[in-house]
Formats: sequence, C-alpha cells, structure tokens
Amino acid sequence: MAPRVGVVVFPGTNCEHDVVEAVEGLGGEAELVWHAATSLGSLDAVVLPGGFAHGDYLRPGAIARFSPVMGAVNEFAEGGGPVVGICNGFQVLTEAHLLPGALQKNKGLTFLCQMTEIEVVSDRSALTAGVEMGRRLRVPINHFEGNYTASAETLRALEDEGRVVLRYVGNPNGSAHDIAAVCNEGGNVVGLMPHPERATSELLGSSDGLVLLGALLATAGSSSLVAPCASSPA
Amino acid sequence: MGNFEVLVEVQLRPGISDPQGATIERALPALGFAGITEIRAGKAFRLHVDAPDEGEARRVVNELCARLLANPVIEDATVSILR
Repeated sequence: MAPRVGVVVFPGTNCEHDVVEAVEGLGGEAELVWHAATSLGSLDAVVLPGGFAHGDYLRPGAIARFSPVMGAVNEFAEGGGPVVGICNGFQVLTEAHLLPGALQKNKGLTFLCQMTEIEVVSDRSALTAGVEMGRRLRVPINHFEGNYTASAETLRALEDEGRVVLRYVGNPNGSAHDIAAVCNEGGNVVGLMPHPERATSELLGSSDGLVLLGALLATAGSSSLVAPCASSPA
Repeated sequence: MGNFEVLVEVQLRPGISDPQGATIERALPALGFAGITEIRAGKAFRLHVDAPDEGEARRVVNELCARLLANPVIEDATVSILR
C-alpha cells in the first residue's frame, strides 16, 4: 500500500502543494492537515512544510508550536513516526523542542534564495535511510533564518551520535558546523533548511530532492524506524 | 488585585552571534559615532498584568518568557516591573 503522508498547513504555510505533488509523484498518498486538527488519523509520515506559519511573528515557529495539531504531531513523533520539517517546518520543530538548537538570522543578514550543494553525512535518519553516505545533492534554500545554532555541548552530542544529517558544501548562512539538517535521537524526526520538494525535476534545476523524499517514503512504508504502536503494522 | 506594568527585554545570550548588532556597529563610523562598541540587538515587550502582588506578577511574566517570549536556546529575558 502506498505510504500516507500528512502535510501540515498552518496559516501562512506556502509550500504544502509542492510537497503534496512531490509525494504523489513518488507514488505516495498525501493529505493536507489543517493546523487546528487535534488528531492525525492514520498516517505513515508527517511533513511540516515551509512558509511563514502564523506570520513568523515573534520568532519563526514560536506561535505555530502552540497550534492544536502540534499535540498530535508530538504524539506521532514519540511513537516513532517519521516527522520531517522543511525550512519553516524545521524552525517549528526546534521551537516545539522536537529537535535541538535554533535557527537564527543568516550571517550577513540577507534573505537567501539560491541553489545549494549539500552532503549526506548520516544515514540514520528517516530522510536519508538507505542513501549513500557522502552523496552530494543539489537542493535550493529560501530563507532568512537558517543559521543553525546550538550550544557547544549539543553540537558535540549531535556529531558524536551521527545526528547531523546534511551539511552544506560551502556554508551559505553561517550555520554551526555547516549544518543543513539534524535529527532527534531516534532518527525519526528530521529538520532541514533546503527544500527537497523544489528539486523534483531537471526542469526546476535539479531532481536531487527526490532522493531525500524517496527515502522518507521508503521509511514511512516500512517499519524500520517506527517503534511499535497501534497505528503501524508490526 | 493590582495591575502591574511590566517591561520584558529579550537579548541574545552571551556568545551567540548577533549579525544585526554587528551590522549596526559597523555602520557607526560612517555616521560619525566613535567609541560605541558591543552593540547587541534585542526585543522589548511592554505589558500589563493583573496580579495580587508584584511577586505573582513577576512569576507569571517569567513563565511567559520561558514558554513564549524568549527562546532559551539562544535568548535571555530580563523582567522589570515598571509600576
């Protein structure tokens, strides 16, 4: 059966349809989940797409964290379900304490909208399981607050535990350790600043985003990363 | 029950790079300001709290800071009761 991916929509989210199209193009099923929902139903993965949730007021993700749907997302993540936050979604996941660290304003204080090259440096996440380590991908970024920051202690733990998932080749935004993506201890919650859903065809400049989203669908379709819970097959 | 006017200042924690403060600082010589250093940009919030006493007002605002107004990973909050 095709894996079902829930795509969360906050007021101000603007990349949800790109994610839906990418997921469907890869043979998955996608459904939009409004932020006021208090349950997720039967899903195999959840994506928090990019945009400006709640206008990015206060800090990106600071208000979104209190949206009703986040209780259900939290529960899904705790049960081992794959949760991926892209760009603004990554910011929401850090504010919700599902991922460590924070995304600060870019070094240089410019909004960055450009193609970047990223390297897969861990294959123990829901987004990179089965992807060759060291593989370089071309995926665009589009953000003002993408400068990954965390305490020295947290950075050491992320490095030691293989939780730095993607690194920029040529750091565009000042991120500590060139970090473009990190995951939680279980590897099932992943946040990345680059937009894989915008790199799904050579017509868009790259189709490398399919490598990451394909890995997510493969993870969602199997139970390799998913801890036993009522809604997933054993 | 009293009503307390409170000022909350949110600053990036020491050691966290502040590109906004650094950019402002770099612009100063061109404007003719000399001897101004260590600029840190932050946010300020002014709010009114109904509380039985100042201690309770401070407690509520501290909790508000911890849960929403500041991100403890990168920011510190200072709470001042104005009146």
